Amino acid sequence: MARKRDLVDQSMTRRNLLKAGALGTVGAAAAGTVLALPGLGQSPGNQAGQASHHDMMTVGHLSPGSFDPNAFLTHFDAGLVSELPSGQVLREYEFIAEDREIEVAPGVFYPAWTYNGQVPGPTIRCTEGDRIRVRFINRGSHSHSIHFHGMHPSNMDGAFEPVNPGRSFVYEFNAEPFGLHLYHCHTVPIKRHIHKGLYGAFIVDPKAGRPPAREMVMVMNGFDTNFDNENEVYAVNTVAFHYQKYPIRIRQGELVRIYVVNVTEFDLLNSFHIHGNLFRLYRTGTDLTRYEWTDVVALCQGERAVLEFTYNHPGPFMFHAHQSEFAELGWSGVFLVEAPHV
Amino acid sequence: MSELQVPVLPQNSSVHPSAPRAPEPRGGRLPLWFKGFAPLILLAALVVLFLEVGPVGVFRQSFPPVEELTIERIRLPAYGVMEVQIVNGGPEAVTVAQVMVDDANWVHQVNGSRIIERLERRTITIPYPWVEGEPHAVSLVTRTGLTFTGEVAVATLSPSVDTRYLTTFALLGVYAGVIPVFIGLLWLPFVRAIGRRWIDFFLSLTIGLLVFLGADALVEALETSRLVAGAFQGASLVLLGVVGTPLVLAALGRWRGTRQERTPLQVAGLIALGIGLHNLGEGLAIGASYATGEIALGTFLVIGFLLHNTTEGLGIVTPLADQRPRLRSLVLLGALAGVPTVIGAWLGGFTYSPLWTTLFFSIGVGAIIAVVYELYRLFSRRASAGLTTPLNTAGLLLGMMIMYATGLLVPA
Repeated sequence: MARKRDLVDQSMTRRNLLKAGALGTVGAAAAGTVLALPGLGQSPGNQAGQASHHDMMTVGHLSPGSFDPNAFLTHFDAGLVSELPSGQVLREYEFIAEDREIEVAPGVFYPAWTYNGQVPGPTIRCTEGDRIRVRFINRGSHSHSIHFHGMHPSNMDGAFEPVNPGRSFVYEFNAEPFGLHLYHCHTVPIKRHIHKGLYGAFIVDPKAGRPPAREMVMVMNGFDTNFDNENEVYAVNTVAFHYQKYPIRIRQGELVRIYVVNVTEFDLLNSFHIHGNLFRLYRTGTDLTRYEWTDVVALCQGERAVLEFTYNHPGPFMFHAHQSEFAELGWSGVFLVEAPHV
Repeated sequence: MSELQVPVLPQNSSVHPSAPRAPEPRGGRLPLWFKGFAPLILLAALVVLFLEVGPVGVFRQSFPPVEELTIERIRLPAYGVMEVQIVNGGPEAVTVAQVMVDDANWVHQVNGSRIIERLERRTITIPYPWVEGEPHAVSLVTRTGLTFTGEVAVATLSPSVDTRYLTTFALLGVYAGVIPVFIGLLWLPFVRAIGRRWIDFFLSLTIGLLVFLGADALVEALETSRLVAGAFQGASLVLLGVVGTPLVLAALGRWRGTRQERTPLQVAGLIALGIGLHNLGEGLAIGASYATGEIALGTFLVIGFLLHNTTEGLGIVTPLADQRPRLRSLVLLGALAGVPTVIGAWLGGFTYSPLWTTLFFSIGVGAIIAVVYELYRLFSRRASAGLTTPLNTAGLLLGMMIMYATGLLVPA
C-alpha cells in the first residue's frame, strides 16, 4: 500500500514539476521580473517572530491565459470613436455578460459573472460631453444590467430594466460630469451580482484634460470564495498579492495618477495607503482642486478617488489597504521606484 | 423443533438417490468455487467497464464536486513552525491551492502533490510566528475556493518523542489509571469481610459504575467519531466496536470450551479488560488534549482522575469476594485495567488520530456491555432476588452517582 502510494506521489510530483516549469516561464514572461528582495523564496525554517512580508503571501503562479492584472492596470478603453452630425464625439462599446471561472489567487478559482469575460470589466475612458453608447448583450445564466454612475435619463439607469439571458439592451447617454465614476450590475440580489464580478471603472476626463502623468486604474475588490458572506480574497484588480509579486515600476520624479474605485462587498470600508510618500487626493475626481494631502484614504462601496503623487526616493515602496486583514488576504502591492538612467 | 425435523431428513435424502457427496444434477457441473465467485466476477467486470467507459447518463456530474478535507492535527514542532496534518475523506480529489493562518495568506510547503486523492494524507509545513498561549486558526483554500479550518486552542510547543515526554506521559497514565486501579484493589480484604447481602450491594454498585463508564465511553466515541474524515465512517466504527466486541468476547469464551458459567476470576478478568479498553481511550484523549494544549496537567485534573478511577478497582475485586485470588492474579488484573492508560497517553500525545480514538472507545463500550452481562449472570446465580431488591437497587444507583460526582472533578 505504502509503495503504491509512493508511486502515485512520484508521478504527481513529476507532472507538477512539468506544469510548474511551464507556469513559471509564462508567469515571468507576462509580468517581467519577480521582485528579488532578501528572504524571498527561502521562507520555511526561519526563526520565531522573524517572518517577513514574503512569508505573508500566496504561493504559486496564475495559470496561463488568466486575466493579467498588469495589463488591466494601464488599459483604458476609448471605445469605437466616431463623430455625430452635431459634432459630438460618439464612443461605442459592446459589453457581453457571461459566466466565467476566474483565478483570484494562484490555483483558487471563482465562479464569476463577468462583463466581457474579465473582472473588473473594461475601464471606460471618455471626455466630458461625449456620447456614450453601450450595447449590452446578456449571455449569462441570470438577468443582468449595467448601472452607470453619473448623470443620465431615468430609462438609461439600468436599475429597473433587467436584461434577461439571451436579450440585449443599448445604454446611451452623455458623459457627465467629469470625474471618476463606476458601473455595475443593478439586478437583485445586488449583493451577489456585484460580488460575483459585474463592475468596472468609468472615467470621464475634463475637457481640458489633467496634467500628463503615468496613469493606472485600481479597482478594490474582494471575493467570497466559499459563499459565507465574508471575503476570503482581497485585492486591487482581482488577483491577491499580484502587484506585490510583480511590482509596479514607476520612475523617480514622474507624476503618477491612480484612479481608485472601491467595489468591495460585505465590508463597510476599504482603504488605500502608500508608503514613504503622500498623495494629493481628489475625491470622486469631480473637482480639480486638491481635497487633501494624505497617505490614507478610506472609501465605502461605490466611493472612488483620484490620487496623484511623485516619488523622490528610489526603491520598493508598499501600497495596501490600511485594514491589516485585507492587506494580509491579498490587498497589498509594491511600487518599485527606479532612479532615472544616467 | 428438532424432533419434528428428524423424521423428515431421511425422507428427503431418499428422494435424491445419488450419494450425498456427488454433485446435484440441478446445480450443473460448474465447480463450487465458481458458483461462489461468479457474482463477484460479474461485479468486478462491471466496475472495470464503468471505469473504462466513464460515467454516463445520470452519473455524469453537472454540479461541482463535493470537496472534503479533514484537518486531523496541527502540530507546533518548533517556534515559528506549524505542521498541519490533513486527510481527504471526501468522494473526490481535492487540490489545496492556498493556506491562510489567522486570516492571512501564508507561504507553506506540502509534502507531495497539492492534488490530494481520496483517502490520501498530506502534511503542510507553515513558517508562521505563532504566539505562545494564544489561539490560532489555519484555513486551507481549495481550488474551488472552499475553506477548511482547523484550530489550535492554545499554542504551545508540541511534544516530540524523547525521554522527557515519554516520562511525562507515562506519569500522566500512571496517575490517571494505574495508581487509582491498584488503590481500588485494596478493597479486597473489605469485601471479603462483609456479609453476603452487602457483597450483593457492592456487586450492584459495580454494575452501576460500569454502566456509567459505558455510557461515558459511548458519548466520547460518538463525539470523536464526528472528527473522523467522512470516508472512514466514524459512526459505523462505533457500531462495529459496540456490537462486535461483546460478540467476539462471547465467541472466545465458547471457543475455549467452557460451556459452563464463567468463574468469578474470569469475570473479574473481563471487567479488568473492559475497564482497560475504556482507559486506553481515556489515555488517548488525555494525551492528545495535553499535547495540543487543550488541558493543563493541573493538580485538580489528577485528583479528579484519581478519585474517578479508584472506583474501577473496587469493581474488579467485588466478584472475587468469596475467592482467594493469588497476589499475582491481582497485580495482573490491576495492570490489565490501569496500564492501557499509559499506552493511550503515549499514543495520544504523539500521534493523535480521531479514528483510533473512536475505535478504542467503542471497543471499550462493547467490552463493558459484555462485562455487565457477565456480572448480571453472576448476580442472578448468587441472589435469586436479583437487582431489584431495595438494597441492590440502591447500590446500582449509588454506583452511577459516585461516577457522576467524581466525574465533576474531571474536565470534559
